[in-house]
Amino acid sequence: MTFSPELEARFEKFLAKYPADRKRSAVIPMLIYGQDEVGAITDELVNEVAKRTGATPLQVTEVVGFYSMLHRKPQGKYHVQVCTNISCLLVGGAELWEQACRKTGLGHKETSKDGLISLEEVECMGACSWAPAVQVNYDFYHDVTPEQMDKLIDGLAAGKKPEQIADVQKVSC
Amino acid sequence: MLYNQPNPLEVKVLSRRFTLPNSQSIETYLGSDGYKALEKALGMTQEQIIDEVKASGLRGRGGAGFPTGLKWSFVPRHSPKPKYIMVNADESEPGTCKDRLLIEYDPHQLIEGVIIAGQAVGAEQGYIYIRGEYRYLIDVMDRAIDEAYAKGILGDNVMGSGRKFNLASHSGAGAYECGEESALLESFEGKRGNPRIRPPFPAVAGCYQSPTILNNVETFCAVPPIFLNGGAYFAGLGSPKNGGTRLFCLSGHINKPGVYELPMGFNLMRMINEVGGGMRGGKKLKAVIPGGSSCPVLKADECDIAMDYDSVAAAKSMLGSGGVVVMDEDTCMVNAALRIMKFYAHESCGWCIPCREGTTWLKKLLTRFHEGMGQRSDIVLIGDLSKNMLGRTFCPLGDAAAMPTIAFVEKFKDEFEAHLDGKPCPYEKSNRLVHA
Repeated sequence: MTFSPELEARFEKFLAKYPADRKRSAVIPMLIYGQDEVGAITDELVNEVAKRTGATPLQVTEVVGFYSMLHRKPQGKYHVQVCTNISCLLVGGAELWEQACRKTGLGHKETSKDGLISLEEVECMGACSWAPAVQVNYDFYHDVTPEQMDKLIDGLAAGKKPEQIADVQKVSC
Repeated sequence: MLYNQPNPLEVKVLSRRFTLPNSQSIETYLGSDGYKALEKALGMTQEQIIDEVKASGLRGRGGAGFPTGLKWSFVPRHSPKPKYIMVNADESEPGTCKDRLLIEYDPHQLIEGVIIAGQAVGAEQGYIYIRGEYRYLIDVMDRAIDEAYAKGILGDNVMGSGRKFNLASHSGAGAYECGEESALLESFEGKRGNPRIRPPFPAVAGCYQSPTILNNVETFCAVPPIFLNGGAYFAGLGSPKNGGTRLFCLSGHINKPGVYELPMGFNLMRMINEVGGGMRGGKKLKAVIPGGSSCPVLKADECDIAMDYDSVAAAKSMLGSGGVVVMDEDTCMVNAALRIMKFYAHESCGWCIPCREGTTWLKKLLTRFHEGMGQRSDIVLIGDLSKNMLGRTFCPLGDAAAMPTIAFVEKFKDEFEAHLDGKPCPYEKSNRLVHA
């Protein structure tokens, strides 16, 4: 399996972090960064990670099933994650989630037909003091209102990148 | 730019660099006493380092509040195995968002704390396990680690001392369970994040079955200030047996939610009213979860307490991870209990049956209740089921799910009763749960 030169360099760096007889530690970092490039955890990716870390494909497969961020099917180009856990719930997280569903016509863990947007109701993402919070891929959005959610979805649907959408403040760099 | 305005009542020790321009960079760090604590520690013996941490009264900031110096002293000094330092940056306790800031604004403080921990036990390798959702922080951390290597602070000759210390970041991939120390270690080794039976504790058999110091981000970040100013100084900031300050994450129905660094023992009501700006919309306070979702809820009349480990324990709750979730009079406590249980049912790793089955059944019972289909006997059943989970699992996730549920049912029994006999939730308008 071939990866981009950047990902190859990253994998090499990962494998160098751990003692020579402990390369299996690189399984999860390789899977999640690999997934970012490949789009999903494919059998091919599982076998490649197994080969490079000295784990068996079965050992890698059982890891894939455990972690909520690892997925076998491709998600949308923009994976919109809305937190409805307690701190977000108290200040409108549930309404925000409903709004995201209405606006996109999607449900939990569903992807739009054009593959652009997918939706997920997620557990606490660590933005409790700036709730309700949303993550698009790895970027955080704080204090999001239903109106901002609309603008975010409209903007993404119109082919804009999240950072180009006015009124929706991305906070993480 | 900070995510929330600072408050004049704050005592900024760990967060004192947050407002400096370019606070992530090693230049800013070195220009503000950075790595001076390490220089001091490099001139001390292992015993002296551990004694200094003990004198500081520092207790683990991840949730359990175990004395840090004592934890470090459990590492067998003469073990022939390599020793490791592991940073728990898997922050995922609902209500908690402080480690994010400590890494984002001052990654070098964490690095310095970790190297000092390494000197305390003779470890030459450290890892920072960062939750997968905090991808941008992995980049922040990697940049800071590279800077520290370039300056000779990490590497084969730490600040010219002839000692070796290497440090690397490590990405998780989404699992609350991996914030539990033994599950974190399993996950770090490339496996499913199931907990290990303890003892042996990580101090004896942790990372790769070798002696390991495993602490929360904030705990390590408190170490440089301790060595810079002395353990006694740090101890003096807090209340007896509860040294220092801590980052409290205020969230929920208050006017100024945010992360604030306050002395241990700060009064909870003052925290809500004077730091958090009081209740939103002038509503009345109903309840507070004092330390993240696993801590039993306090009723409004129980909130006049000092926020340190011992005082909150005396009020039959826990200081936990510092996540203070404030709920006003319109909050449906059945819904709050349900949302929290939904979380634990989702995050239970499935390893221990009382937790796997208990959280799932509690979720079902609470869902039924919230929908107005509950029976009177369910109130007792929810309490009994929770009590049967306590202490019967490898890791504390089972307890973390059971304890708050017991408190919700016991303290707000009237609200549970108000949901009986097909009655709609009296708070439905202000609080909805979308899909349980």
